[in-house]
Amino acid sequence: MKNKNSSGTGLRSSMYVVWTLVLCIVVLLHQKLQAQEPVPVPTMDSIIPINLEEVIVISVFKRGISHKSQPKPLSTLDQYLESSKKVSMIKRGAYAWDPMLNDMTSERLSITIDGMRIFGACTDKMDPITSYVDVSNLSEVQVKSGQQGAQHGNTIGGALDMRLEKSNFKSLGWTGSVETGYETNNASQIVGGELNFSDARFYVDTDIIYRKADNYTAGSGEEIAFSQFEKYNLSANAGYKVAEDQKLLASFIFDEARDVGYPALPMDVSLARAYIGSVSWIQSKFVGSFKNWETKVYANTITHVMDDSQRPDVPIRMDMPGWSDTYGFYTQTELSVDNHVLMGKLDGYYNRSLAEMTMHPNDPNEQEMFMLTWPDVRTLNSGIYLEDKITLKEASLKFSTRVAVQAYNVADRFGLNSLRIFYPDMTQRQTRVMKSISAHYHKAFKGVHFSGGLAYGDRSPSVSEGFGFYLFNSFDNHDYIGNPDLKNEKALESHFKLALPLKNLEIGVEGNYFHTMDYIIGEIDPVLDVMTIGADGVKVYTNLEYANLYNVSLDMAYKITSELDWNGSISYHRGTDQNGRNLPFISPVDYRVRFTYGDGSFSGSLSLSGALEQNNFSPDFGEDRTPAYTLLSLSMGKSFSMGQDRLYAKMGIENIFDTYYSTYADWNNIPRMGRNFFMTLSYAIN
Amino acid sequence: MKTIKSIFALLFLSMGMVSCSDSTDDPMPVSDNPLEAFNLTSSFEANGHVLELYSDQDGYFLGYNEVYVRIKDLATESYIPDATIAWNPIMHMTDKTHSCPRSEITATGDATVYKGYIVFQMASNTDEYWELNLEYRIGGTTYNVTDQIVVNAPVNGKKTVNVFTGTDNVRYILTMMPFAPEVAVNDFSAVLFKMETMMNFPPVADHTITIDPRMPSMGNHSSPNNEDLIFDPESGSYIGKLSLTMTGYWKINLKLLNDNGDVLKGEDITEENEESSLFFELEF
Repeated sequence: MKNKNSSGTGLRSSMYVVWTLVLCIVVLLHQKLQAQEPVPVPTMDSIIPINLEEVIVISVFKRGISHKSQPKPLSTLDQYLESSKKVSMIKRGAYAWDPMLNDMTSERLSITIDGMRIFGACTDKMDPITSYVDVSNLSEVQVKSGQQGAQHGNTIGGALDMRLEKSNFKSLGWTGSVETGYETNNASQIVGGELNFSDARFYVDTDIIYRKADNYTAGSGEEIAFSQFEKYNLSANAGYKVAEDQKLLASFIFDEARDVGYPALPMDVSLARAYIGSVSWIQSKFVGSFKNWETKVYANTITHVMDDSQRPDVPIRMDMPGWSDTYGFYTQTELSVDNHVLMGKLDGYYNRSLAEMTMHPNDPNEQEMFMLTWPDVRTLNSGIYLEDKITLKEASLKFSTRVAVQAYNVADRFGLNSLRIFYPDMTQRQTRVMKSISAHYHKAFKGVHFSGGLAYGDRSPSVSEGFGFYLFNSFDNHDYIGNPDLKNEKALESHFKLALPLKNLEIGVEGNYFHTMDYIIGEIDPVLDVMTIGADGVKVYTNLEYANLYNVSLDMAYKITSELDWNGSISYHRGTDQNGRNLPFISPVDYRVRFTYGDGSFSGSLSLSGALEQNNFSPDFGEDRTPAYTLLSLSMGKSFSMGQDRLYAKMGIENIFDTYYSTYADWNNIPRMGRNFFMTLSYAIN
Repeated sequence: MKTIKSIFALLFLSMGMVSCSDSTDDPMPVSDNPLEAFNLTSSFEANGHVLELYSDQDGYFLGYNEVYVRIKDLATESYIPDATIAWNPIMHMTDKTHSCPRSEITATGDATVYKGYIVFQMASNTDEYWELNLEYRIGGTTYNVTDQIVVNAPVNGKKTVNVFTGTDNVRYILTMMPFAPEVAVNDFSAVLFKMETMMNFPPVADHTITIDPRMPSMGNHSSPNNEDLIFDPESGSYIGKLSLTMTGYWKINLKLLNDNGDVLKGEDITEENEESSLFFELEF
């Protein structure tokens, strides 16, 4: 089977090389024969974002620019996120990477889709929210660090808000596109298309994308079994202008993945499905001087089926389905008074999280073993967010605060009794109050930008941390038990950023520091007996006295010529607890250097990225020393005009030297993809 | 999603049921038969009386059997209150006869209903049978009746009674009291007797029974926060707590300790030793 697959891939890759050469020739001839028709390249405001916010531009190709600036336009959302300097991804395979911001994962982040709260249904984090949308749905991802991201929910590490792509009443008429991509390493095929209509009164955007990939091959030839996946995503967006300043918008996303392998885990996913919908009302004028009133109601439902039916050799067969449903709303408005812009937002959501585990004994006469791993936890959260932006002379000041009340109810009696085995006095319901307050100052002086801020925020435990029941973590090989008595985790945070323009060179330095009190983490309870066969022990979530995390990074951008840019960045991260013990998933020194070339229709980039050896690892959490690595990747793109329509072609090679490597964020040191040729074609019909 | 929906449907229904039963709670209808919820397992007719025996199981089973007794006067068709009853079960084996542990028969809240328990340490078979003798006294007259009963082996074949010789050379009979197991901390109890003679089985007080529940099909893992069974003088049984973290087959490994803490029977569970020689079994 393995041989058959790899020979198939081999054949396809050799065909691919031929194809690539033909296309290169066509491109060169085309360049010589056809008079250059310049595609306007919007100038980037600044390569270094001024705020602590980073925007990852995704919008596939409609606006042309993204195709040029993005080395791999049809890559997964995960790859887009990873290309950002701030976001890193925990990988358990080729699909559904788990985003990290400031070395913190989903329970410490606020991850939203257009401001909508949505929670994964997998107890083992195999379905981060980012896996339920695709690049075809999105225009950009807004990345905000620390309490700057508290607008949509309480957070410690920051926020990722995935903004949906909308035609937004532009007079474009009918537009459409088809796009396709292929990658040699895992025979990944991507087919997508979109059809949009937009005028001043009404718009509707629809898109569809389908991806299918086989097992990938790590550097120097090892095929990674169970790394295949298949997914498709459909979405529709519509807007209607009821009056000149009144808009009614609706959006819907359907996303389904099947047969997703997780090579770093003992189980796979046979189905991960989400329905995500919202309706919103936007009004530019509100009562009195209030303006930009926006109200949204939304609902989403996720089904996630984890099983090990494809694995040949397991000690016991298990099914672990999970469900997560969320219903919510928000309403926000702005008020400008003198040099103040005030923003107020009320929001709320209700989530139900249920997950179960059925183990099938090897003796067929025995009863199945059943437990609830998430005991139907109902979370009701209501919050208020206030923000004041004050414009000063060559400077600005921003204050923001959020207060939320969160109530938990363990609705299932079976689940509640299960948890009461560990916590006999546990109540069925509990209520927590969460607070966030931040101040941010920005000064611009002769092109030099300085910003800095202080903030405090807290968060309540996640469903797994508070109520999880024997959740197996294959990374540190321990069963985890939730703890309903956990205290809220609180963080004091400071950050700064300095950006210096020196002629053609721009230098940016930034850093942040989190002093997190009652840091939530699992600690070994030596008394408890493991449930999972082969596990080393049981950990119970507890509050550490405190943990310290800091991140510093240096960015540089240099305009060599008007067509050729160079930019580079290097970052350092450190995380320890009160005893100086290393925290898990803290990045070693990480660097990337990229040359980008763009002369209108042609674009190219050569990038070098890597990390130094990870010395500050955490053996208690299953980490070991990760060796240093360096990767080189190349991509080239060309756009062609065909009357009104445009064709974009992009191709490239990732991991040119077929390096065998894994990073600090690869679950169980699962090696990453080796050399990979990719190519994408997009045809835009105007 | 289907499961969620059905769970909600169930929740909804159960809420409906709860609210229905709430409204009918107060005027509790007085049942004509206080043992309506139980099964009539024997009916002995003699001396102008019928002795009716009831159980919550549909027959007598190996292990602990709670039995309710009523005496019907055939002349008046009424149940006789305030009688004293004693019982003596006898096993007729091919080569010998013996009795089994049992409690006294005591009065209940209803003056016509009497109650006790019998621990059958073996089941009936084609060659060997149980006989139950009942001696009862009504208003100064003592009557006697004896009839054959059938003691069944448990349907699921799970072990709920242990007959063994301790390191003190005493022969013990240890049985767990039936309960409906749940994924929760369960109240768990057992009764302990020693066999002084073939016919005499006095209860044993002030020993300790340690418990170590395990799932042999799932790596022989245990559960937390179990409480060993301690003698409760009031009920005469050993009472503790049993944590079951999931459904399925559980083997409850036991050790019997005397009042000095000496192990009379049973072993610790270790990597090498996966089960104790003294155990109960559960499956749900």
